[in-house]
This record gives sequence, structure tokens and C-alpha cells, in this order.
Amino acid sequence: MKRIHCLLVLLAGLLALPAQAAPAIQHWVTPEGVRVYFIENHDLPILDLEIDFAAGGAYAPATKAGLAGLTNGLLDGGIEGLDEEQIAGRLVDLGARLGAAVDADRASLSLRTLSSATERDGALDLMQRILTHPVFPEAIVEREKARAIAALQEADTRPDAIGSKRFMAALYPGHPYGVTPTVDTVARITRDDLIAFHQRYYAARRAVVSLIGDVSRGEAEALVRRLTAGLPAGVADAGLPPVSLPDAATIRIPHPAAQSHIWIGMPALKRGDPDSYALQVGNYTLGGGGFVSRLMKEVREKRGYAYSVYSGFSARREMGPFQIGLQTKREQSADALKVVDGVLSGFLHDGPTPAELEAAKRNLADSLALRTDSNAKLLGYLAVIGFYGLPLDYLDTYPARIRAVTADEVRAAFARHVEASHLVTVIVAGDAR
Amino acid sequence: MKKFLLALMLCPTLMAAPARANPFETRLSNGLRIIVKEDHRAPTAVNMVWYQAGAMDEQEGVSGVAHVLEHMMFKGTKKIGPGEFSRRVAAAGGNDNAFTTADYTAYFEQVPKARLAEMMAMEADRMAHLELTEKEFSSEIKVVMEERRWRTEDQPQSKVYEGLMATAFEAHPYHRPVIGWMGDLENMTYQDARDWYRTWYAPNNATVVVVGDVDHKVVFRLAEKEFGAIPARALPRRRPRTEPVQEGIRRISVKAPARLPYLMMAWKAPKLQDVHKDRDPYALEVLSGILDGHEAARLGRHLVREQRIAQSAGAGYDGTLRGEALFILDGQPAQGHTIAELEAALRAEIKRIQDEGVSAEELARVKVQTIAGQVYKRDSMMAQAMEIGGAEMNGLGWRSLDTLLEKVRSVTADEVQAVARKYFSDDTLTVAVLDPQPVDANAPPRPAPVHHH
Repeated sequence: MKRIHCLLVLLAGLLALPAQAAPAIQHWVTPEGVRVYFIENHDLPILDLEIDFAAGGAYAPATKAGLAGLTNGLLDGGIEGLDEEQIAGRLVDLGARLGAAVDADRASLSLRTLSSATERDGALDLMQRILTHPVFPEAIVEREKARAIAALQEADTRPDAIGSKRFMAALYPGHPYGVTPTVDTVARITRDDLIAFHQRYYAARRAVVSLIGDVSRGEAEALVRRLTAGLPAGVADAGLPPVSLPDAATIRIPHPAAQSHIWIGMPALKRGDPDSYALQVGNYTLGGGGFVSRLMKEVREKRGYAYSVYSGFSARREMGPFQIGLQTKREQSADALKVVDGVLSGFLHDGPTPAELEAAKRNLADSLALRTDSNAKLLGYLAVIGFYGLPLDYLDTYPARIRAVTADEVRAAFARHVEASHLVTVIVAGDAR
Repeated sequence: MKKFLLALMLCPTLMAAPARANPFETRLSNGLRIIVKEDHRAPTAVNMVWYQAGAMDEQEGVSGVAHVLEHMMFKGTKKIGPGEFSRRVAAAGGNDNAFTTADYTAYFEQVPKARLAEMMAMEADRMAHLELTEKEFSSEIKVVMEERRWRTEDQPQSKVYEGLMATAFEAHPYHRPVIGWMGDLENMTYQDARDWYRTWYAPNNATVVVVGDVDHKVVFRLAEKEFGAIPARALPRRRPRTEPVQEGIRRISVKAPARLPYLMMAWKAPKLQDVHKDRDPYALEVLSGILDGHEAARLGRHLVREQRIAQSAGAGYDGTLRGEALFILDGQPAQGHTIAELEAALRAEIKRIQDEGVSAEELARVKVQTIAGQVYKRDSMMAQAMEIGGAEMNGLGWRSLDTLLEKVRSVTADEVQAVARKYFSDDTLTVAVLDPQPVDANAPPRPAPVHHH
């Protein structure tokens, strides 16, 4: 009876998969060298837009770590003719939401606005001035440095922050990916540093604009021209230094927390690596597939060792980290770690079973519809496709690429990207008492 | 009654004002309410089942059982083994989860639309046929204790919030944390969870909310097919457990490893009861928006950016809930400033509105934000489903959602000033502070002391 039921479910699943074409991505390059990615969608009267620069944390000197984030965060600290309060007030009056974000590779400004011309144009013009002519007022720079330092000092008391910092430093010795801001590096940053960083890195040739929403192609072209008018041409991104792999190590950091925080991982994956499909499929079974992964089953479901346990690859321009993470009552951290090590080495050795492979492929392929069912989610994909130069048909071909992965490919890809001789383990608050 | 309703739904010519008909609602004869909002932008759907049973319905000594049961709902029925529920959702290309608050417990699956029927069948199955065994419970309760360590024991600000609620509410069940006291979790049994399930998990205590690329008539038929046979059950009387009037300021402090102190100030405030007649809850909502509703709001501007007394500062008020409402201010003092200075500065912000009122410009800003927020919310099916379900659980109902917006937009500057004068007396104030302790790696972990005064 159960089998028949499963067969029916399977059939329903197959029938339920019309070739749901991903929305068409339009792409062009402005005369100044800005790459543009656009999806036209008139369902809602809104426009979402993001501009990304190769200006993330990895582009700042190690002695001034935090410079990329401060520069990005202070763009709206003042422009000619408007102070920070006037900028904030004007955006609020327009009903617009301006976001700023920095990761290792990218620095971004994003805007969500109503698509009606007055609101849209008003918000965009303001964003343009913020982007191209920030003043970085001295007093505001000093205030935000002080806030950043206070936040860093607070973070230095937290087991999760202490551990993740140490983890990245251990994975990337001597590489910008291993550098995180400290009280000293932030204290060293001056207003002149911000001006110079902005001048050099917020440039047309380093920029990618992604937009989705209620505008025509013609309107989109005009909007992008207006937004990027005034950006210096600059120099195209020369890339980041290659990553060298660390030796395997275990690092223990004492802390009085009730739970141990544990990380295991190594540098593993570049954006655009052809292995990324096989790694995604494999990782789903290992620890990416939420409640159905092996780590979740063995650590949480069977033994009650943790509330959260996961694994994942964060692809970056250069090799981004593979990491496993969990938190567990400190008295049982050695036992939990043993289980995690066992799951990982078992998976590296055997790869997924046929049933696991099938489940992973089906979920990853079929859930694309869910991962692209809003403008906000699509904007995220657009920005990654654009910034990392992934093919324009990335979303269209994704399900087929996933479905084509074999168990042998998963094993081989994991063997190439996750090696025991390079795995670093960091344990905060791990000693039993 | 049911037959009549269904006939109405199936006959489009009888349906009044189709343009305003979305969402669509029906009710089965067993009391289960179904609300469907059609959104055809993408070929997906979110299926939610909301139970009006949350931590506030728990008895003394079994705090946390509402949330523990939420975990146990993934542990199987006769048809679907432990862990199988999530496995099937995943196989459908979907994802699932659940959440528990003081007021309710809700479960959801986001799936490609063609898999909705299967999700509804599985939710109906676990509404009526959960197999709650001692074996599964004994393993899962450990997970919940890990969750408590992760969310609360090692989170200084969470401990302050827990202490604040336990102090502000003495009689009302908001006194207890949703996750439960650790001692109660340690002493909970699988029978406690089973009792909870048998008491509250009935169709007449639940609401199904579906948002997505679906036909509401089809969803109504599915609901009847899957849930229709589950019998209604008499629900226990819900005692109001009213909080007595607070007659004097209450202060507590919590020690924990940290660097920055943290302050929370909570005043007792009215909640929204009559959507049409009440005024003060809307004015409090606008007051909270003027203080902290957007990037240009007062607390960030005055305390963080201008006076530089605060590292962070915020305000919050939720008047749409089952229990009793608080108006909360919170923040961290900036380096070189004290908790006392921050408290004085926060009080000064209230005082300024009491004395000088608010400007037309500020009022307009809050309203623009509210309107834009409603448009942006339509980009997310989950956000729409959350809004509908939340309104059903707090008793106001989804039909009140448009009225709530209109009412907020009708608030005047005088009304904002009036509520600032009316509800910020020290007599109903509770203050909780984090007293940061140096991180001593060799000190044994503390069992979360909370001092009541």
C-alpha cells in the first residue's frame, strides 16, 4: 500500500513539472563599462535595484580592516547640500528603502521603491548622489568608528563571534579572506582612507547593476544611465590573490558559555566552478538539506545533541569556505564532535546512497520555483549572476544541471574540494567541567 | 450551513464583488476555518495551519510544552514515520517549519503549487493522528534544551527580556518564556505533550491559510476532503488571567558575560480590542513609528547620531495580541555613557512628545512608510500568509486588516501627544538592565540568575 502511494506521489511530481521557464534576463553594458542585468515584471508597482562593486572587505589593506564596511556604511552620511538626517528623511518621505551591505568580495547599495515616476525618480536621484558624491563628514566618521569599535568589543565577548573570527583566520592565513576588523584596525582608519577607497573602488568598470520590476527596457536603460552618471571610470577588478590551503588543525578557545560552538571546514569553492552542482547535491545530503540531512539525523534527531547543525559551501571570487557548524552543551562536545567527524568521513568515503542522491536532486531542482517566486529573491540571483559573470541562462539550465549529477561526480567533487589533511576545527567553550 | 456556503462558493454568479473577494474564507462543519488568498505571480503556494494555542495557554510547571509539542509534530503518525513529514515536503521540492509564540503555534510548507494537496493531506493527518511516543520525546526534549541554551542561556539580551516579562507580568501568563523554564523542561514528560495535543489540536481551534497560485474553490474542496472528517472537540475554558494594575516601578538586573550594558523599559499599555471604536492603540502604534519606525525616526537621530548617548536605541509596541500589551523602549549606552544616562535620555524623548507633541511632517512619514510597506509586502507570499494568520489568531480577523491601516492613517498629532501623556507613568513601568560581567574563561557557566526586586 505504501509503495503504491509513493508511486502516485512520484507521478504527480513528474506531471507537476511543466517547463517553467525562468524569467528572461536582459543584459547590456553601458558606454562607461557598467554591466546591467534586468528582469521586466509589471505584477506589482515596485522596482528593486542593486549596484554591486568589487569593493568588499578583501580589497581593504589588512592593517585597516573594516575600511570597506565603513566606506559603504557612510555613503549616506552626507552629500553636498544634504546632511545625513535630510537624506534619511527624504528617502522616508518617498517611501523608499535604501540598503547597504558588504561581504568579502562585494560592496552593495540596494533600493526598493514604488515604481510611480515621482517616487522612483526621486529615490534614484538621491541614490545617485549618495553613490557618487559622498562627503564622509569628519564628525560622522569619528562617531561611526566609535560605534564600530564598541560593537567589536561586544562581539569579542560572544562565543559565536569569537569562534567565527578565529575560524576564518585559521582557514586563510595571509589571505584577505582571513582578515576581520579589530579595535586597532578600525581605530587606524581616517576620513582620507574612506575618500580614497571610495574614489578607487566605486567605479563604473567595477560595477554591476541589477534591477527587477515595473519599468520598461527603455526606462531601465535611462534609470541606469542616471544612476551611474558621475561614477569615475576607474580600473576593472584585477582579482584577488589565490588562496593556499591550511594544514589540518584543531583550535580550542576557552569561554564560560553553556554551549560549545564548533566549526569545521576549509577553503573550498570558487564561484563558477563546474563542480558546484555536484557539491550542492552532495551537501544537501550531508548537511544542507535542513531536517533531512545526515548531520541533522545523526546529531539532532537520533541523539538530541544540538538544535542547529549544518554544512555548506560559500562560493566566492577565490575559494570560499566549506563549513560545518553546530552548538552543543559543553559537557557533550567531544561526543558530538565524534559523531560529526564520523558523518563527514563516511560521506567523503561513500558519497550519497542512490535514494539520497535522488532526494537531493529532486529537492534542489524542484525548489527553484520557490527560490525565485518574488522580486526580492530574483534580485539576489540577478546580482550574483551579474557580479560573478555566471551565464545568463543560469536559472534556466539549473534544474537540468542538477538532475544530471551522478553519485560518482559527487564523490569526486568532494574528494577534490574537502580534504581531511586541510580541515580546520575550532571549538569555543569546549572543555567539560 | 456548510453545504450552503460551499454552493455559494462554487457558483461564481452568486459571489459578490469579486474584485474585493480575495482573500476567500469558508468554514467546515467541524469548525475549521480556511482562508485562501490567490496570488498568481509565481507557480508556488504556502500552506499554513495555525492553532490558537500558545505558551499563554500553558499551566504552571509545564512551561514550554506548547513549543515542545511543535517539535513533536514532526515525529510521525501511523501513516508517516518520524522525520518522514519533512522528507516528503523536501521530496516535493518544498521546505517546511513551524513556530510557537505566546499566542499561537503555526506550521507551514512552501511548495510548488501542484504539491499543495499532498501538504494539506499531511497536515490533516497530523492534526488528528499524531503518534507521541516516550522514545521520540526523550530525544527531542534534549534538542529543545539545546535550543534554550542557544536562544537564551548564552544570550545576555534574551535573558534580560525573559527577566523583564517575568517581572512586568505577575498573574498574566506572559510571565513565562515561550521556550519554557529549564527546570520545567527537565521535568516534562511525554504525557504532558500528549495532554497538550489532545487538549488543543482540534479543527475548531485551527485556521488553514493558503496563499499562492491556486483556485480558492479547489482549495476549499481539498480542505473539506482532507480535514472534513476530523471531529470537533470541546475546548477548555480560557481563563482571562488578568494582570492586576501595577502600582509602582519595578527594577531588575541580570548579570552575564558581556561588554556593553543593555536597558529595557516597559510600560503597561492598552491593546486593540474594538477595531472601530478604539483610538489609543492606533496612536501608540504611530508613536512607536515616530520614535523608531524608520531610518529618520527620533531615537536613532537624537540618541545615537546627535547626542551620541546610545550605541543603539529602539521602541516597540504591539497592540494586536491575545494577551496584554506593553510599550517597550530599549538600548545600549554608547561608550563612556551609563545606563542611568540612557534611561534619562529615553525618558526625555517621551517627555518631549508630552510637552511639544509631534510635527505634521513626522506623522506623514509614518503613514507613508505604512502604505509603502503594504505594497512591498505583496512581493512575499509568506508575508501575506503571516499577516492573515496572525490576524486570525489575535482575534481581530483578516477582514480587519484594511481597517487597521485606515485607522493608523487617521491618527492625529494631538492623539499621539495624548497617549504619550497618558501611558508613561512610573507606576506601570518595569526596568530591566544587563549588568555586564568580564568574560572569565575559567569561571563555571552560571545558571542564569534573574533577580526580582
